[in-house]
Amino acid sequence: MKSCEAILRLSPLLLLLLIAPSSLALSSSDGYTINGRVKINGMGASTFGLPAKTSNTKVILNGGQRVSFIRPDGYFSFHNVPAGTHLIEVAAMGYFFSPVRIDVSARNPGKVQAALTENRRGLNELVLEPLSEEQYYEVREPFSIMSILKSPMGLMVVFMVFVVVIMPKLVENMDPEEMKRAQEEMRNQGVPSLSNLLPNNRS
Amino acid sequence: MSTSRVLLGFLILLFCVAPSLSLYEDQVGLADWHQKYIGKVKQAVFHTQKAGRKRVVVSTEENVVASLDLRRGDIFWRHVLGENDGIDQIDVTLGKYVVTLSSEGSILRAWNLPDGQMAWETFLQGSVHSKSLLSVQASTKMEKDSLLLVFGKGFLHGISSIDGDILWRKEFHGESLEIQKIFQPVDSDIVYAVGLVGTSEFHIYQISAKNGDILKHNSAVFPNGFYGEPSFVTNDMLVALDATRSSVILISFTGGDISFHQTYVVDFGQEFSGTATILPSKTVGFFAVKVDSTVLLMRVKGGNNLELAEKIGDPAVISDALFLSDSQQAFVTVQQDESTIHLTVKLDNDLRSGLLKESIKMDQQRGLIQKVFINNYVRTDRSHGFRALVVMEDHSLHLVQQGDIVWSREDGLASIIDMTTSELPVQKDGVSVAKVEHNLFEWLKGHVLKLKGTLMLASSDDIVELQGMRLKNSERNKMTRDHNGFRKLLIVLTKAGKILALHTGDGRVVWSLLLPYLRQSGACQHPLGLNIYQWQVPHHHALDENPSILVVGRCGTDTDAPGIFSVIDSYTGKERKSLRLSHSIAQVIPLPFTDSSEQRLHLIVDTEKHAHLYPRSREALGDFLHEISNIYWYSVEADKGIIRGHSLRGNCFLEVADDYCFDSQVLWSIVFPSESEKIAAAVTKKLNEVVHTQAKISADQEVMYKYISKNMLFVATVAPKASGDIGSVTPEEAWLVAYLIDVVTGRILHRVTHMGAQGPIHAALSENWVVYHYFNLRAHRYEMSVIEIYDQSRADNKDVWRLLLGKHNLTSPISSYSRPEVAVKSQTYFFTHSVKTMAVTSTTKGITTKQLLIGTIGSQVLALDKRYLDPRRTLNPSQAEREEGIIPLTDSLPIIPQSYVTHSLQVEGLRRIVTIPAKLESTTLVFTYGVDLFFTRIAPSRTYDSLTEDFNYALLLLTIIALLIAIFVTWVLSERKDLRDKWR
Repeated sequence: MKSCEAILRLSPLLLLLLIAPSSLALSSSDGYTINGRVKINGMGASTFGLPAKTSNTKVILNGGQRVSFIRPDGYFSFHNVPAGTHLIEVAAMGYFFSPVRIDVSARNPGKVQAALTENRRGLNELVLEPLSEEQYYEVREPFSIMSILKSPMGLMVVFMVFVVVIMPKLVENMDPEEMKRAQEEMRNQGVPSLSNLLPNNRS
Repeated sequence: MSTSRVLLGFLILLFCVAPSLSLYEDQVGLADWHQKYIGKVKQAVFHTQKAGRKRVVVSTEENVVASLDLRRGDIFWRHVLGENDGIDQIDVTLGKYVVTLSSEGSILRAWNLPDGQMAWETFLQGSVHSKSLLSVQASTKMEKDSLLLVFGKGFLHGISSIDGDILWRKEFHGESLEIQKIFQPVDSDIVYAVGLVGTSEFHIYQISAKNGDILKHNSAVFPNGFYGEPSFVTNDMLVALDATRSSVILISFTGGDISFHQTYVVDFGQEFSGTATILPSKTVGFFAVKVDSTVLLMRVKGGNNLELAEKIGDPAVISDALFLSDSQQAFVTVQQDESTIHLTVKLDNDLRSGLLKESIKMDQQRGLIQKVFINNYVRTDRSHGFRALVVMEDHSLHLVQQGDIVWSREDGLASIIDMTTSELPVQKDGVSVAKVEHNLFEWLKGHVLKLKGTLMLASSDDIVELQGMRLKNSERNKMTRDHNGFRKLLIVLTKAGKILALHTGDGRVVWSLLLPYLRQSGACQHPLGLNIYQWQVPHHHALDENPSILVVGRCGTDTDAPGIFSVIDSYTGKERKSLRLSHSIAQVIPLPFTDSSEQRLHLIVDTEKHAHLYPRSREALGDFLHEISNIYWYSVEADKGIIRGHSLRGNCFLEVADDYCFDSQVLWSIVFPSESEKIAAAVTKKLNEVVHTQAKISADQEVMYKYISKNMLFVATVAPKASGDIGSVTPEEAWLVAYLIDVVTGRILHRVTHMGAQGPIHAALSENWVVYHYFNLRAHRYEMSVIEIYDQSRADNKDVWRLLLGKHNLTSPISSYSRPEVAVKSQTYFFTHSVKTMAVTSTTKGITTKQLLIGTIGSQVLALDKRYLDPRRTLNPSQAEREEGIIPLTDSLPIIPQSYVTHSLQVEGLRRIVTIPAKLESTTLVFTYGVDLFFTRIAPSRTYDSLTEDFNYALLLLTIIALLIAIFVTWVLSERKDLRDKWR
């Protein structure tokens, strides 16, 4: 919808031009012609046509029955399409396009009905825009102290620092009698305790 | 002590969750490789006039139009047209557009020569089947618009080459007229169209190039009739064969008057008495006739006289002519003996002495030369140099220049028919296959670089060096078996009848073999490779033998053509045994038995329903007779709508007694009503699939036993009306019925109907579930359904007391003849894309969770967790269900861009995805082929059983050193403190 409005505001003349070719043209023999346009937002300004990386964009009718390519201005067309309800897909690397349902009516030649199948949004014009861009790779996190600390090694270091620096402080703050009792208990159990390893247990 | 224990626990825990789900950009190429191909070249047009990039534009049998770098053979750009959009002809016009005529002359497209962007497209209407011809005006005036003449669907069109506008069109199909040639002489406004009515009436039209009006029309009848199509000799002369193929007829039409001139081939020598064929070539004043095995090069001299210019022994190929100047043309003839090809460039005014003679060594496995295209360049001393593009029998493409092959492209790999894998040899002591291992310093350096990389401290140079180091990691390209089972040979069979072994490490060709029986010969005009199987996989008894593969094919396109059977050594690529079978091949069934040398027993069923046992040895026969009562198979006759189950009955009744031939009988058959159902897909399990757990325990301690049977077949039928494409029927007329069938008894385990659904159907069957993809006409979206099937008869076994008391049926033999009660769970989800093919990951032990690999219409491969296709997904899963890993229900399946296994690459023309288990349980090897090849390895549940390749040993080492220093420092500090305390 948005795209169509955008064109509308751009120039009514352009719209007039668009309506005529973008709808269905009646052909004398056994089929109709579907004309449409692919629009990919480039850097900043939204433009028809294609950024460089998508020169291999294909427009596919009915799951591979026909394959069409797009022109530099974004137009594509399928000829000799029988009346019925069809499906158009756009295959462009780096973009996610919703398939489009196209109704080619035999009774009202020249009438086009298109709707995105993903979100059931109707299209006044057959202007196909990507729903989103696709990133195929994970993005490496930039270097930060937190990521180092979160890594296994970082956690090890943090733990060591904790044992070396903070534990003695904790032990020092304890009541000496209580500590003695605890040490005795541990000795009785015969379990090597953490405090045994610490420098101040001999004091 | 406890500290270290805690630390160790910590470490183990942390390593286990090391992320490796998707790829970082710098990991591309570490485990995967991608190769781009184009297929067998049909036509080539050179574009070398201007300075700068020299290129050749080609069209191929895989419907590819591509621009190749003439220096190195790389692809500048490439377009794969639709499956039924075959390219008829290509040409270059205005020096900037590549024009392709496709779809039997109904679509004309122009592509920008530098970047391959489509410039314009014109649809040519018409409904008559006719030849499709494209002619580009060879104008010397570059700046002007040049006219394209296109004949297709019974109409001749004059088309502007700037924007593709149709300037005029003229109908030419009345009275069974078949236009054979169109052409326009240089700088003339008259277009000639030449056609035949029937086989004897010759017509010539002169048409105005401005508006398409017919200026002149002449016709003449040649009473004996023509054979085949005429070909041009000069601008006012054609040559054709008469109906008996014994004489050559020159047809001259100077000024519109048609005259015939007949010359018998025998006149050129008594030995040329066989039937003649005119070889297609475009050389002014010359044509080539092939009689028996000799090619006669004829020259037209002064009006209607023919002169035998040269005799060339077969096999020989002649290129089209190349104009060096207005009056001089050159062409190349290529002859071939055993392993060399002899290239002779000749000038038309001096035939006897070739301008250039070159002999080039060519690998014998490339077969005979098929086509040659010639191009010239001007050397520094102003003389002419020539280069030739050569297409060989194995579809490979070579550029030959100055007696050397400049580059080769293995384009046979664009048309793989079937593939299998083979293990590499075990590394033995003393046999050093690997290259020199790098030393400790390099190892450390690599890890320091890696460390810098992880800490984001590396400079761009470091990153480049690191990437290079990673990519040429010699470890993955060794020719020996590895511990993880990542290194294997992928053995592929191509349409050209060539077998190639690719290394999984980097995709290089290890060996190749052009199968003699799959080459065109007198006994076998249209050989066709069918399938490739593992014939012998030694692991226990016959370890000193090399593994081997079996290739089956047939001699002709009919199903009842006699079969071809060949066994090939997987290490050396030498043929061990090959046979032309006396019977046809309808089905090949690898049996689960091997003989003492571990050759797998195979049953080949012919079209008369006789089963033939291979290998033909007494021992194999003995083993086989022992198990004969347990052998069942099924056949699907999709066109008749019948599925039959078969078993063996005893030896065949043939004139010649054959102990290895068995008669079969039909045990059961399922006949689908032809007025309402048509078989659209039949999918079975992979033979080597391993299932680890038989039961599934749900969150509420409920045990469900999977119904696991190797004999399960998924069949989908559609309404006959809806068997066409999307858009041809309304939802009311379409339905899809999915069946799960046990193929031993013919029992239908489950049947479900989807109203308003139609194909194409793609399905994947694994363990106890099947997933299938189809089109829902009501919602007008694709859907994927899952069916999981559970065995109810064993559901009672969850009581511990019954297990203790032995009142359970766990030990009772599982037989296909028992009729267990089954329960089915199913669910349906929307899926966005069209699907080309579908596969399931497979691992050695079957413990790792499965992923579906979906080949989408954009030629990418998407990995989708089976968990998304769980029929037990609910809107609000309970806490227990969430713990079990059940995802809240959504109506459509998610497409996460990071889970494309092909990441930012496309496997153009994608046809099939093959999964191969590695030895490492977590990992599956994935090989994808179409026009391109792509190989990677994936770990559906991450690599939980090994450290990732990115694991940084240097960081580990550094940490340990840091810890040791810390211990030492604290020890010194504590000593000092002690001392101080004592002095106090």
